[in-house]
Amino acid sequence: MIEAPDLSLAALAPLLFVFGAACIGVLVEAFAPRDVRHPVQVAVALVGTGGGFASTLVYAATQDLSAGGEITAGGALAVDKAGLFLQATVAGLATLAMLLFAERGLDPARSAFVAAAAVPAGSPRDRELATATRVQTEVYPLALFAVGGMMVFVTANDLLIMFVALEVLSLPLYLISGLARRRRLLSQEAAVKYFLLGAFASAFFLYGLALVYGATGTIRLGEIRQAVGEDGGDVLVVLGLALLVVGLLFKASVAPFHSWTPDVYQGAPTPVTAFMAACTKVAAFGAILRLLYVAFGTEEWTWRPLIYGVAIVSMVLGAVLGLTQTDLKRMLAYSSIAHAGFLLTGVLGLGADGAGSGLAATMFYLLTYGLTTLGAFAVLTLVRDGDGEAGHLSQWAGLASRSPLTAAVMGLFLLALAGIPLTAGFTGKFAVFRAAIEEGAWPLVLVAVLASAVAAFFYLRVIVLMYFSPPAADGPTVGVPGIPTTVVLAVTASATLALGILPGAVLDLAERAAIFVG
Amino acid sequence: METVLPAEGLLGWSWLLIALPLAGAAVLLLGGRRTDRWGHLLGTATVAGAFLLAVLCTVRLADVEGRSVDVDLFTFISTGELDVRAGLLYDPLSAVFALLITGVGSLIHVYSIGYMAHDPARRRFFAYLNLFVAAMLLLVLGNSFVALYVGWEGVGLASYLLIAFWYTRPSAATAAKKAFIMNRVGDVGLALAIFVMFAQLGTTSYAGVFGSVGTLAGGTLTAIGLLLLLGACGKSGQFPLQAWLPDAMEGPTPVSALIHAATMVTAGVYLIARSAPIYDETPTARTVVLAVGAVTLLIGAIAGCAFDDIKKVLAYSTVSQIGYMFLAVGLGPAGYVAGLAHLLTHGFFKAGLFLGAGSVMHAMDDSVDMRRFGGLARKLPVTFVTFGLGYLALIGFPFLSGFYTKDAIIEAALDRDDAWGWILGGVAVLGAGLTAFYMTRLMLMTFFGRARWEPGVHPHESPSVMTVPMVVLSLGSIGAGFLLVKAFPLADWLEPVFGEEHEAAHVVAPLTVGLVVTGVMLVGVLAAWLFVGRREVPVTAPVRVSPVTRAARNALYADTINESLVMRPGQWLTRALVWVDNRGVDGAVNGLAAGLGGSSSRLGRTQTGFVRTYALSMLGGAVLVAGALLAVTSG
Repeated sequence: MIEAPDLSLAALAPLLFVFGAACIGVLVEAFAPRDVRHPVQVAVALVGTGGGFASTLVYAATQDLSAGGEITAGGALAVDKAGLFLQATVAGLATLAMLLFAERGLDPARSAFVAAAAVPAGSPRDRELATATRVQTEVYPLALFAVGGMMVFVTANDLLIMFVALEVLSLPLYLISGLARRRRLLSQEAAVKYFLLGAFASAFFLYGLALVYGATGTIRLGEIRQAVGEDGGDVLVVLGLALLVVGLLFKASVAPFHSWTPDVYQGAPTPVTAFMAACTKVAAFGAILRLLYVAFGTEEWTWRPLIYGVAIVSMVLGAVLGLTQTDLKRMLAYSSIAHAGFLLTGVLGLGADGAGSGLAATMFYLLTYGLTTLGAFAVLTLVRDGDGEAGHLSQWAGLASRSPLTAAVMGLFLLALAGIPLTAGFTGKFAVFRAAIEEGAWPLVLVAVLASAVAAFFYLRVIVLMYFSPPAADGPTVGVPGIPTTVVLAVTASATLALGILPGAVLDLAERAAIFVG
Repeated sequence: METVLPAEGLLGWSWLLIALPLAGAAVLLLGGRRTDRWGHLLGTATVAGAFLLAVLCTVRLADVEGRSVDVDLFTFISTGELDVRAGLLYDPLSAVFALLITGVGSLIHVYSIGYMAHDPARRRFFAYLNLFVAAMLLLVLGNSFVALYVGWEGVGLASYLLIAFWYTRPSAATAAKKAFIMNRVGDVGLALAIFVMFAQLGTTSYAGVFGSVGTLAGGTLTAIGLLLLLGACGKSGQFPLQAWLPDAMEGPTPVSALIHAATMVTAGVYLIARSAPIYDETPTARTVVLAVGAVTLLIGAIAGCAFDDIKKVLAYSTVSQIGYMFLAVGLGPAGYVAGLAHLLTHGFFKAGLFLGAGSVMHAMDDSVDMRRFGGLARKLPVTFVTFGLGYLALIGFPFLSGFYTKDAIIEAALDRDDAWGWILGGVAVLGAGLTAFYMTRLMLMTFFGRARWEPGVHPHESPSVMTVPMVVLSLGSIGAGFLLVKAFPLADWLEPVFGEEHEAAHVVAPLTVGLVVTGVMLVGVLAAWLFVGRREVPVTAPVRVSPVTRAARNALYADTINESLVMRPGQWLTRALVWVDNRGVDGAVNGLAAGLGGSSSRLGRTQTGFVRTYALSMLGGAVLVAGALLAVTSG
């Protein structure tokens, strides 16, 4: 007889919201008539993600978290302060991403998603559907499952749960990456690449899991910590750690496991790219932090050189490769790789007995980066030509004279990505660099600052193009965003500014939330 | 320094002294053309109001215990250990300066209404003058070196703007730039002095710095003293930074009267007098002050003898007279009061002289060449009389202003009773003779002799809005010395600042000094009459002159020295740096950018688009990661 595990419904409420909404979404897809499906799906998705976001806040506000949090679901989930902060970040950013999904005013065909994904690209039926205003609404439940997976991912207290969450978040992403309405082949190619490489990375993770289990006899993070602490750096454990980290670094698009990123970011529908760039990054780093800090916190000196090394490779590669990109989505993809490197500098700030400020700094950076990058991709959806979004750099020349507000908002996001003071990007970078320096990693910070300087070139180049170049003769049109995209732009832009000028309250919150249990 | 009472009642409002002219400047500058019609009246009213307030405050101050009040305003800078409160110190020293600035300032504002009547930019002129008065008041009223510095830079700015008031004239623009740059040299000294104070004492307020002067090492004190002196030399046109002041005469004459004669250029004297507690502890720096004063006194007097430009002569006279003041404050407790008394009387008569010169220029179609003047005494009677009184006061004619105050300085110098004392006294007496010579030369060339006017010039007396301030100032030329030295001794008033009146040693009896100085002065006058008055003044300056005259005409080659020592090497350095920047720095940056771009394209080739390549790179990465970790743990 199997004993029923203890379940704290309050702690699980955020997950229940999101997964519940996802299940309802599937039912809606099956039973609701086609013409009401889209509004209903959007409503369900927003209630799911928004409810998930709200319930994490309610839980954090009402529960006594003096112990740091609680371990529930039979020890599978650790709903602690850091987990809640990350869950709230994922759910909040996902709410904004759902709004981007729901935008119907920009594409003449009323959606960024393909009308019927199963129809082969380029077939007569596909050409017929290209102008149809039918909408694929499966994206909403799929995205909700991914969000739920991410939220489990950042609170997983158990390697097996972590793996399941990884798959739950990944599989829907593979699918929705291939749902672009325009340039369908590119999108499908991206989805296949993402799937193949994702599966490859999952295998690494799974192998690492097996090795660690073999060495320690447990899959609970806390128990691994104890076992490792007693035995020291067993070869199996070290190898397992390496493979686990590889699996997670892939999701976080850290070089040298980044190669999927540019292709997938470019191919996926832009709202999906925005969703991935913001939420997947948060989830992956949440898991990296939890794995390294909780399960291998005593082995800091084993994984430190590894993180140090990949951080440098990621920052340098992302910054240098970004220089020659001519497509804005690819450029932002390399930017994402470089930012993954910056985030890893924060991960180094574990400190003796976990007293360092690395966790708080990294979580704060994830929030700022998520908001900014989401906003930047949202702007990309506005600038269009006859063939969909105008992603080529040359098409953005002189945009400021055509649409000053769009150019100004994009400029703000680019400055934030470059880490210019008075934007959220600066405070975030400052926080992680400080955390790393406190741990004596100043050479790494030096490299990071140099890489930032290199990366600033390609961000500023876009601003120079927008403001100081004559507009192209057959330039793109700037679409008038509907309410959903307007809300996203307003929220992300004002948050980017607010967190740059008055970051105190949120930094403080991140610092107070920087506790893992397990 | 004893504790200073917080200000109460009227004195608590003394910040209005600064706020009034500042508001005037703001209204005039921001109001634009709308204020053109009444701008000059507002500008004059704010300064007159400030004068009234200064008088009332000073009367109140006389009844306050300790005769010093502190007016705490707000936190100016608060960062780390640096906590600068913005506040004012209203004490006898700042009170006399506030009276001088607002009093002479009001008269000159009134005068400017007439002088600038036909200038289309009169409103801008009054705005700058108001700005100057506000900054100058902040300079003397601030209760910390930082406040002083803010005012110091403010007057520098106002001076720059006003010298270049007619900025379309290349000579005015150049003169303004010259003044600004030479002042920068001094300002750096002042800033460094403040940095040293903060680094050593952690404070910049007068009370804090002077209270803990004793804890500083001798070398540090001397450094502070010398750096402050550098600042003072820049602002006051003292050797070696004197060359800008005569050029500053490119500005409108009221500016020369207010800023470059009566007030701003005396800021250096104020700084050194205010920093008395520092100089009291560092004889070395004090001796340098003395030397600077003595050298400048002679340079100014010699150069003044050779110029034909009426304003330049007066400007060199200012340089020389401020040299006297430096000499006095360099003497220490014996000289502070004498120096400040001379500063005040000089403020009256030199401002009067400049206003008179302005009146003459007004009559002569803005000509400044004394060789084309002559015989103006009858044409400009009021100007002649007021200018003449200023002249007599300046050369130290018995019982006029300059007589009392200059004699006091010479007495104080001789009272040192050592070789230095005799040298300094001798220099000062010689300077008095030279002063008498060049001023008499100026008087003779301008007001007496045959009229050598340019054709078409019809001299006429100035309107009363200009002559009234001249008359008032000439009253000061007559009586200020007697009032300040004999009737209401400045020494008593300043006692809370400089301590008990210094008991004069009277190495040489005052009567003897007075007789000697008067004698030398008469010799100077006589010499001028012999060289200039007796003969016909040629309309063009003679070319074949003695080397001494030639050197004097070139102001002892100060510009030549500056140009060859500083300007040319500076230009070479600039050119070299531009070259390095173009070739070296830009080359390195461009090369680096090209290198990064190249490596970007090469690295970009790894992004083939094939999943197999990507998977291989991931595998390679994983092998590296695992291998490295194993190496780290087993190694």
